[in-house]
Amino acid sequence: MRNFLAALLFGASALAGAGAAAAQNGPLRIEIDQGVIEPLPYAVPDFIPETSAASEFANQIARVIASDLSGTGLFREVPASAHISKVTGFDNPVKYADWKAVNAQALITGAVSVNGNRLTVRFRGYDVFAENELGTGLQFTGTTEGWRRMAHKVSDAIYSRITGESGYFDSRVVYVSESGPKNDRRKRLAIMDYDGANVQYLTNSAALVLAPRFSPTGDRVLYTSYESGFPQIHVLDVGKVQRKILSSGDGIMSFAPRFAPDGRTVVYSQTQGGNTDLYSMDIATGAKARLTSAPSIETAPSFSPDGSQIVFESDRSGSQQLYVMPVGGGEARRISFGKGRYGTPVWSPRGDMIAFTKQNKGRFHIGVMRTDGSEERLLTASFLDEGPTWAPNGRVIMFTRESQGSTGRALLYSVDITGRNLKPVKTPDGASDPAWSPLQQ
Amino acid sequence: MSGLKLALAAVAVLGLSACGTNPWNDDLNSGGGSAGAGADALDPASPAYFQQTVGDRVLFAVDQSNLSPAAQATLQGQAQWLARNSDYVVTIEGHADEQGTREYNLGLGAKRANAAREYLISQGVAGSRIKVVSFGKERPLEICSDETCYSKNRRAVTVLAGGLTG
Repeated sequence: MRNFLAALLFGASALAGAGAAAAQNGPLRIEIDQGVIEPLPYAVPDFIPETSAASEFANQIARVIASDLSGTGLFREVPASAHISKVTGFDNPVKYADWKAVNAQALITGAVSVNGNRLTVRFRGYDVFAENELGTGLQFTGTTEGWRRMAHKVSDAIYSRITGESGYFDSRVVYVSESGPKNDRRKRLAIMDYDGANVQYLTNSAALVLAPRFSPTGDRVLYTSYESGFPQIHVLDVGKVQRKILSSGDGIMSFAPRFAPDGRTVVYSQTQGGNTDLYSMDIATGAKARLTSAPSIETAPSFSPDGSQIVFESDRSGSQQLYVMPVGGGEARRISFGKGRYGTPVWSPRGDMIAFTKQNKGRFHIGVMRTDGSEERLLTASFLDEGPTWAPNGRVIMFTRESQGSTGRALLYSVDITGRNLKPVKTPDGASDPAWSPLQQ
Repeated sequence: MSGLKLALAAVAVLGLSACGTNPWNDDLNSGGGSAGAGADALDPASPAYFQQTVGDRVLFAVDQSNLSPAAQATLQGQAQWLARNSDYVVTIEGHADEQGTREYNLGLGAKRANAAREYLISQGVAGSRIKVVSFGKERPLEICSDETCYSKNRRAVTVLAGGLTG
């Protein structure tokens, strides 16, 4: 109850402090943790094609940027139909009065050129009411087929300049693609851009796969596969789509693998004699160490970003709760004390929060709390929400939402850690167990 | 869960027993625990007899892995059958209903399968003949989202596998 009240109070204070989107006599700024109510209006006219082959990208890049920015709920696009000015040259002076007249507080202009399969994007951001540039213009170069990534990089730069936080648009999500009815569900690993574009399948659906996780650099994925008939840990090189089985031992179940921040160690659950405990394994040598030894279920580990601690779930108290222990094992401290059951803890990439799944009175919630368990806030409620994953900037959470009944289906959703901007993430089929990559390099 | 609710749920199960057949029945587990038509005609040494007459599965209470008296009786029957048909090995598959997070349910299914395994061993079946695997909530038999289905999905199924002697 105390936690629930705290959540309500937080909500109220967030509302009271909101609306600071654009104090017109100060610099253009959104304070993300203030729970923005009034999104900041911006314009992003089509980019200028500087070579003939660039024309097909000039409009699409601007559209992806608009989708990124407006998709955050922090920004609102002033549509092209309302624009008074046309941007005809990237280096032409900006007619601020025309953008003020349509109340575009930020303006993004850009130019695209294509040379062979090389695509170059230049852009500038403007604070319209202050009549100056938002930072200096930047240029990104890549391949034409990677044009969406360059649009995301522009969005990340704009987002970062206005919010003061790093962005999350040039990132990917690995997840489990689901098809078929509930009692004949086919699952395969898929990877996509954070916004659902460029879906690629990494496994076929011959073997059940569960709960993928990226390596700290995003180049490898750990997951659980039933290929051998028993759940075992696999690691997959995303670029080459090469797989390797990490766990061994006929008939020994291993699951819930996660990379340590060093990318060399894996922590996972292993079941023997019906008892599930946490182990760590050195990927190169295969050397294992047992981290917990309780007769209860210990699973769903997650490292603190500094690699010193592990948060995990255990039902040693009689019901699923969250615990934090040193990375090498040892005494675990319980951090969840609210009503109900707590599972699937995931440490924020900023290190300041832990996201979790909470089950109470037949409902599921995604929530966040401080790493000591204080300031619990529930962000969602439904028949079945589970498995949060953090955007690389620690401001947005993606999770699985499954609908009820015989036609029940799993889909991905995202929500801000303020609880705002809850929305589905577009996937071609059913989808579950998302894991967000770090920002791409 | 009160006794009254349980009783109502049981009535509902009986009332609905004819429907809810599922398409996921192309393996040895399709039988269901109790006898179907023609059960007496089955060869007592056949896998079909094991599935349908002995009963190949036991059910569990919400978030529990202890064996009810009914479950123990089924497992006694399984142990006797396995004693008579000693060239079979088994894999016990533990399952959970959808009311729980994925990885926790893998652990829970493993506890259920292991509880059945330990009981079979206590009844004289060699441990070397019994493997366990958990599917958590990944393989529901019944697909509605209420207790009538959940109660059938919280199960440990003893699956007969390749004979020891081939």
